[in-house]
Amino acid sequence: MKKVEVFDPPLCCSTGVCGPRVDPVLVQFAADLHWLANRKVAVERYNLAQQPQAFAANETVKAALRQHGNECLPLVLLDGSIVSQGHYPARTELARLVGVDVGEAEQEPVGAKLPVIQSGCC
Amino acid sequence: MNGQSMTAFLDRATRILFFTGKGGVGKTSLACAAAVSLARRGRKVLLVSTDPASNLDEVLGVPLSGDAAAISGADGLFALNIDPEGAAGRYRERVVGPYRGVLPDAAVNSMEEQLSGACTVEIAAFDEFTKLLGDADFTAQFHHVIFDTAPTGHTLRLLKLPAAWTGFIEQNTTGTSCLGPLSGLESQKSLYDASLRALTDPSATTLILVSRPERAALAEANRTREELEAMGVLNQRLILNGVFAARDQGDAAARALEARGKAALDGMPPGLMKLPRNEIPLLPYAPMGLENLRRVFDGGSPVSREKRRSGPETRPTDLTLSGLIDRIENSGHGVVMTMGKGGVGKTTIAAAIAIELAHRGHAVHLSTTDPAAHVAATVGRDVPNLTLSRIDPAAETRRYTESVISRAAPQLDAQGMALLEEDLRSPCTEEIAVFSAFAATVAAGERGFVVLDTAPTGHTILLLDAAEAYHRDVARTASDLPDPVRRLLPRLRDPEFTRVLLVTLPEATPVHEAARLQDDLARAGIAPYAWVVNQSFDRDGFTDPVLTERGARERPFLAEVREQHSRRMVVVPWEPVEPVGPERLRDLAGQPDGSAVLQPARG
Repeated sequence: MKKVEVFDPPLCCSTGVCGPRVDPVLVQFAADLHWLANRKVAVERYNLAQQPQAFAANETVKAALRQHGNECLPLVLLDGSIVSQGHYPARTELARLVGVDVGEAEQEPVGAKLPVIQSGCC
Repeated sequence: MNGQSMTAFLDRATRILFFTGKGGVGKTSLACAAAVSLARRGRKVLLVSTDPASNLDEVLGVPLSGDAAAISGADGLFALNIDPEGAAGRYRERVVGPYRGVLPDAAVNSMEEQLSGACTVEIAAFDEFTKLLGDADFTAQFHHVIFDTAPTGHTLRLLKLPAAWTGFIEQNTTGTSCLGPLSGLESQKSLYDASLRALTDPSATTLILVSRPERAALAEANRTREELEAMGVLNQRLILNGVFAARDQGDAAARALEARGKAALDGMPPGLMKLPRNEIPLLPYAPMGLENLRRVFDGGSPVSREKRRSGPETRPTDLTLSGLIDRIENSGHGVVMTMGKGGVGKTTIAAAIAIELAHRGHAVHLSTTDPAAHVAATVGRDVPNLTLSRIDPAAETRRYTESVISRAAPQLDAQGMALLEEDLRSPCTEEIAVFSAFAATVAAGERGFVVLDTAPTGHTILLLDAAEAYHRDVARTASDLPDPVRRLLPRLRDPEFTRVLLVTLPEATPVHEAARLQDDLARAGIAPYAWVVNQSFDRDGFTDPVLTERGARERPFLAEVREQHSRRMVVVPWEPVEPVGPERLRDLAGQPDGSAVLQPARG
């Protein structure tokens, strides 16, 4: 099973509703990760403000932070290697990076049970 | 008076006592007096303030911290201040500390910034509060836990949080909950349940509504009664503080004050009427320090350190309200903000300034950030050139939620929308919504006069902290912020645009609270324009002993404000008739400026 890990910048919450302005990109990305998780991909998400231990424990992430500073966030890792940095990939890009057929998105029944993804906020 | 005497009530008091009421009604004094009396009965008592601008230290005469401290001179009495900033700081350090030197500095700094918002403060304070209320082990050594709660709007929110969040945890199905600092919330659920149970058990908790014999304070007490009754807090009691009977019938002002109290009590809402009730007379002495606190419920003659008066203390350099308005008018537009402790008359002063400016032909917008404010009732009716509004947390939250959803809708699929709606149900949304509305109101000062009556100190500090936190955000994320939010702090810091008026009464607690607020403002880069000392009794014409004693008591505080705290001091004399309605408010503002004759030019 493929494993995707997302290392977010320090966020208030995964959708950003706690910030002075909601970023639709964040909201959509959270939904896209759920979509991915329903495609039999293990998805984990870490936020620097809430789960710093995950950053500290990952040498690849620490190296990227040392080299590029906070601007490299968000980092997307596939099976431990960085596949995207500095922005939130859209669903099609995410599907391509992970190797999932994006056409399935349209057949997804609305209101499917959402899997629990770890994230936090405020 | 219905029901048992205060002494009999204290003999059989429940374990938990809440003292609540409109600012300035004497909650802190009475909570302290009750705590001192219970300690004298040999009980072990913990006295707690949840107000971010607590005055417990000053009333008890002992410096306090976030840990329970024994009060020397009162065996068995312990007290603490829940310090939200301190609690948030400890939380922040707990999260960030272990990563210093492990993650790059820039990453650690950005974590710290993210954890500096109003949300973190609110949640950290709530954490402390539930521990005291719901964690039996934590307070097991005390026979009584007495809460001197913050002014009413804040108290209600704090009290409702266990209900709101318990519901939030149950309904949150996606696990994305916007409750980061409380991650592990589920594990706290039993604590919140215990807090709720304690609050709604009449044999465990008494809610003591404190009111002055004044219309607005009684109306506020009644609103609190209804709201808490609806939440299941049924064991309630009313204390009327400062009931006045003229001792010198030849003193017209004293007769007027007595009549004003009687009229207010005659019009008392029926729901309050049915509560068990105690009355405390208007005291000629300040209920501060252990000796005087004992006398409030247990009797005895007061300790008075003030000397008799020899004529009023007002100086020619003091401004009148009218003189202050002249100076504000010269600027042509901008924001006037009244700040200070609850109950000092922020709303009255704000309304008087707004009405006078409107009368002079300027377009004026009068608004308030106080959830428990009564701006419309103070103004009374429509005034030409004057518009009124209030920043109502529930309405602002609704509006904010709708606007966020409609803005995001075109870009989201069904799952994205479900997630967004979930996160918007978080308690933090209200903070953001109120903050955005505040920023928008301040922005309106570009086009005319905006007079903003702010919430009591604690609330206002949190709002300014939010302004600072977002200001840092601005520096970081630059572009995408709403313009009013982006420009809020620069506007508040611009002395040509924003004039902050610190309103106080000539008494120890409100003066010292305002002085602390002035320090907080200075740290945010904001310098108050003037101090307004409201309801001064220090004037000629009183013969009633209680009123003349009060006048004499003011003098050191008038001098303190003039000499130590203020650049400009305005003194507004106490009026026997309640300053409500456009005419009386204009009377308050309309007295000519005594300083005008002495100063060559204005402005």
